[in-house]
Amino acid sequence: MSAPAPSRRALLWARRRAAWGEFARIYAQNRAGLFGLAALAAAALTALCAPLFIDAAELAVTGGPGGRFEAPSGEFWLGTDAFGRSVLAMVVWGARISLTVGFLAAFVSVALGTVIGILAGHFGGWSSNLLMRVTDWFLVLPSLVVAVALAAVMERSTLTIILAIGVTAWPATARVVRAQTLSVEARPFIERARALGGGHLHVMKRHVLPNVMPVVLAQTTLLVAEAIVMESTLSFLGLGDPSTISWGGILQEARNAGAISSGIWWYMVPPGLAIALVALSFTLCGRALEGVFNPRLRERR
Amino acid sequence: MTAELQKSTPQDGPRGAGGGARPEGEPLLSASGLSVAFTGRGGRGTARAVDGVDLDLHAGEILALVGESGCGKTTLARTLLGLERPTAGRVLFEGRPLAYGTRALKRYRHRVQLVQQDPSGSLNPRHTVYDAVAEGLRIHEGATADEERRVADALSRAGLRPPERFYLRYPHELSGGQRQRVVIAGALVLEPEALVADEPVASLDASVRGEILRLLLDLRADLGLSALVVTHDLGMAWNIADRVAVMYLGRVVEAGPVEEVLAEPRHPYTQALMSVLPESGAGEPQVLAGEPPDPTRVPGGCRFHARCPVLASGEAERAGVDTACRTQDPGVLSGSGPARVACHYAALGRGGD
Amino acid sequence: MSTDEGARAPDAAQGPDPAPLLRVEDLRVDYRTAGGRAPAVRGVSLTLEAGSKLGVAGESGCGKSTVALALLRLLPKSARVGGSVLLDGEDVTAMRWGRLRAVRWAGASIVFQGAMHALNAVRRVGDQIAEPMLLHGTAPPGGTQARVAELLESVGLPRWRARSYPHELSGGQRQRVMIAMALACEPRLIIADEPTTALDVMVQAQILRLIDELVAGSGIGLLMISHDLSVLADTCDRLAVMYAGRVVEEGPAAEVVAAARHPYAAALSAAFPRVGDPASRMAPRGLPGDPPDPAALPEGCSFRPRCAVAEARCSSTDPDLWAAGDGGRRAACVKVLEEAV
Repeated sequence: MSAPAPSRRALLWARRRAAWGEFARIYAQNRAGLFGLAALAAAALTALCAPLFIDAAELAVTGGPGGRFEAPSGEFWLGTDAFGRSVLAMVVWGARISLTVGFLAAFVSVALGTVIGILAGHFGGWSSNLLMRVTDWFLVLPSLVVAVALAAVMERSTLTIILAIGVTAWPATARVVRAQTLSVEARPFIERARALGGGHLHVMKRHVLPNVMPVVLAQTTLLVAEAIVMESTLSFLGLGDPSTISWGGILQEARNAGAISSGIWWYMVPPGLAIALVALSFTLCGRALEGVFNPRLRERR
Repeated sequence: MTAELQKSTPQDGPRGAGGGARPEGEPLLSASGLSVAFTGRGGRGTARAVDGVDLDLHAGEILALVGESGCGKTTLARTLLGLERPTAGRVLFEGRPLAYGTRALKRYRHRVQLVQQDPSGSLNPRHTVYDAVAEGLRIHEGATADEERRVADALSRAGLRPPERFYLRYPHELSGGQRQRVVIAGALVLEPEALVADEPVASLDASVRGEILRLLLDLRADLGLSALVVTHDLGMAWNIADRVAVMYLGRVVEAGPVEEVLAEPRHPYTQALMSVLPESGAGEPQVLAGEPPDPTRVPGGCRFHARCPVLASGEAERAGVDTACRTQDPGVLSGSGPARVACHYAALGRGGD
Repeated sequence: MSTDEGARAPDAAQGPDPAPLLRVEDLRVDYRTAGGRAPAVRGVSLTLEAGSKLGVAGESGCGKSTVALALLRLLPKSARVGGSVLLDGEDVTAMRWGRLRAVRWAGASIVFQGAMHALNAVRRVGDQIAEPMLLHGTAPPGGTQARVAELLESVGLPRWRARSYPHELSGGQRQRVMIAMALACEPRLIIADEPTTALDVMVQAQILRLIDELVAGSGIGLLMISHDLSVLADTCDRLAVMYAGRVVEEGPAAEVVAAARHPYAAALSAAFPRVGDPASRMAPRGLPGDPPDPAALPEGCSFRPRCAVAEARCSSTDPDLWAAGDGGRRAACVKVLEEAV
């Protein structure tokens, strides 16, 4: 044999690197997407490194280093809350929970939506009809209400929030993935795979999945934004885990402390801005990814 | 012509196309009374895409199935591969009816392979050439130690040499002819006994077309591979096929050795098809009026009678078969029987020979 | 360029008509691509007399469709066009926008391949046929309806078909509608780009016969572009075979097909077998290799890498079209020049 296996693998990696380079080049043409990516990287880095410059003890209700409702100053850049804790430290710390919940919940819902979408698209017939009716049913249910109900009956923990969001946010993904699956299934290479003897699993795993992945990836980034907003909403409504700090949780405390009526803006605005900024960044990234994967969309820009 | 033919065909395998004799022995793959009907949406009637077909493909034989679009030739090919279930009749492989269980079908598809019309669409754009060719092996045998050797083998057999240069290419980096070779390599890697090729060169450039057809002939000579080639192109049948079957509206209307059928077509439909070939030089072209007919409304009597130039010219009336043409179905042409043509008028001519 | 001289010589020998319907001189088209400019057409000269039929043959990517589009300036913005296109003596490449619009339907019209996509799916075909007449103010005083019916009948469709939508028609019928549209403003030149590709043999025969009849009586010039040499040989008077953006052989259609002088034209004509010809029985013939990448053409003759009879000198000389026999036959091959001398 003239081509030993390692060289084939090395070549394959070289090709993958080239493909990624091309991907990065096209992505970089979208300025908004770059901005979103930079903002996300900054947020993720801050969240990861938070323990290095924030003492967790100072975030306990009893351990606030400052006075009650101190206005922004040199020591506390964004002032303090009702318990004398630094709002800046809380917002930074809150990013950890908000981002984790956002990612995990989006992952759960996208995984669920992808599996259901591909199954419905691949099999067709009554099973597809059944799956899509269930999807429609979930789609028209007000997801916030379902999440509230779920979060209310289950234990109040971060996991509950993740599940509540994951279980209610999947129908949109399922719809998109099913549509994409149908268009992939109509292409001749699916028939070739079947004529080669490939079973359902083979067709779905080796042919449909790789071809719906771009859509799924773009959908994921959009869903992370949605999940972060939803987590904040649930926490704001008091359904979050009371022992952790999240952006929605800070907003809820601010409301409880009467921050709105007493004009303590530094308690409300920073977490609110953080939510908006991160959600926006994810959306921008998602749009940019869609553009990379769908050249027609790129041209229209 | 006979000498030419024998030179280019392998020594083994049942032969006999040259002298007009029929291939003998058990056919490898055959259709027996095969019908496939599709129910239209919203109750628009049933389309009888394949409407009673007997057809035999012998080992080492290349059979061309010729017809216009909508005549059911592609449906027939798909049914022979088990991709479509017949509504009546059977598909027989080595004399045994095709079983439609998952395992049985998988085993069958190890031995009979499909080559599709559009090579650009029939390769997954996200798979490399190596993956596309190895796919069949992985489906049937999982990861094997000699996978790379067999892939290299299949690629060079299909004319992609040296094979290593193509391993990591993606379909969009290949020309149309190279893509079709990859598809053929993907079929060869399983060492099948028969190929079913649906318009294998219709979407390729003229210069590439001949190369792919020659590949099919070489594979038959080297491996004894049989092929059913579905096409609308009589020139292609002349180029590579031993036997030809002409299909019209779900039925085979004329079948036989290529030299006989194309040199002396008996069915008026075959005659018309032959006459409109560019540069045929076969006198005045008989351009049939009207569009290809609709399989949801198969006419009674002979299904060709509404467009038949022999009936329209009064020739059939003079021969006294016009009533039969309009009211009597000429019947299903047997896959290997002596009759060559399903036509009342031509049947008279046979008696006169 | 010596191509120009080569183009004029046979015309002078042949042409009694001083102003042909269409005269393309040294047409050049480049496309802007990621890797610089790629030449798609490299100096093509063609002449078409009124009432005659010229076929342009070649593989995909040889530049034949680019030529068709360049004739009416329908190329995308990334294309750069050189040379001249004289339609009835008037240079299309130098026309003002308003004049060009008038010429596009009334002077010359195009029948595209793939009639499915060229027709608007949500409008009745009668309205679509009438559209060019309304746009160009050539509608008869009594309204377009009678003229549409007349056009439909001339292409072999019943007049009530004017009320149909494209999806209600078969492929052949849609191609007939396209032809009726092209005829609407009574053009002097019809450019047919693969008019029968993707149609069945029988329908193809119908359409070719229709085109033949329409052109025969009317003095319309026909420029037909196809990859199928046998179709062109049957329909056209003269034939030009293109390879890698150039005409490599030109002459009376039947002669070019029967006895091509350029090896590429010979290979192309052998690729379409004649049923009944013992030489092609069980012997399909093609051409190994692929057409060259326009951005990286080989040195010397661009056909050399695929040529079965190439010699050492072919890698240094890029031959122009030379006279290669009677009837204005020309071929771009060093061997032809040799025989002529």
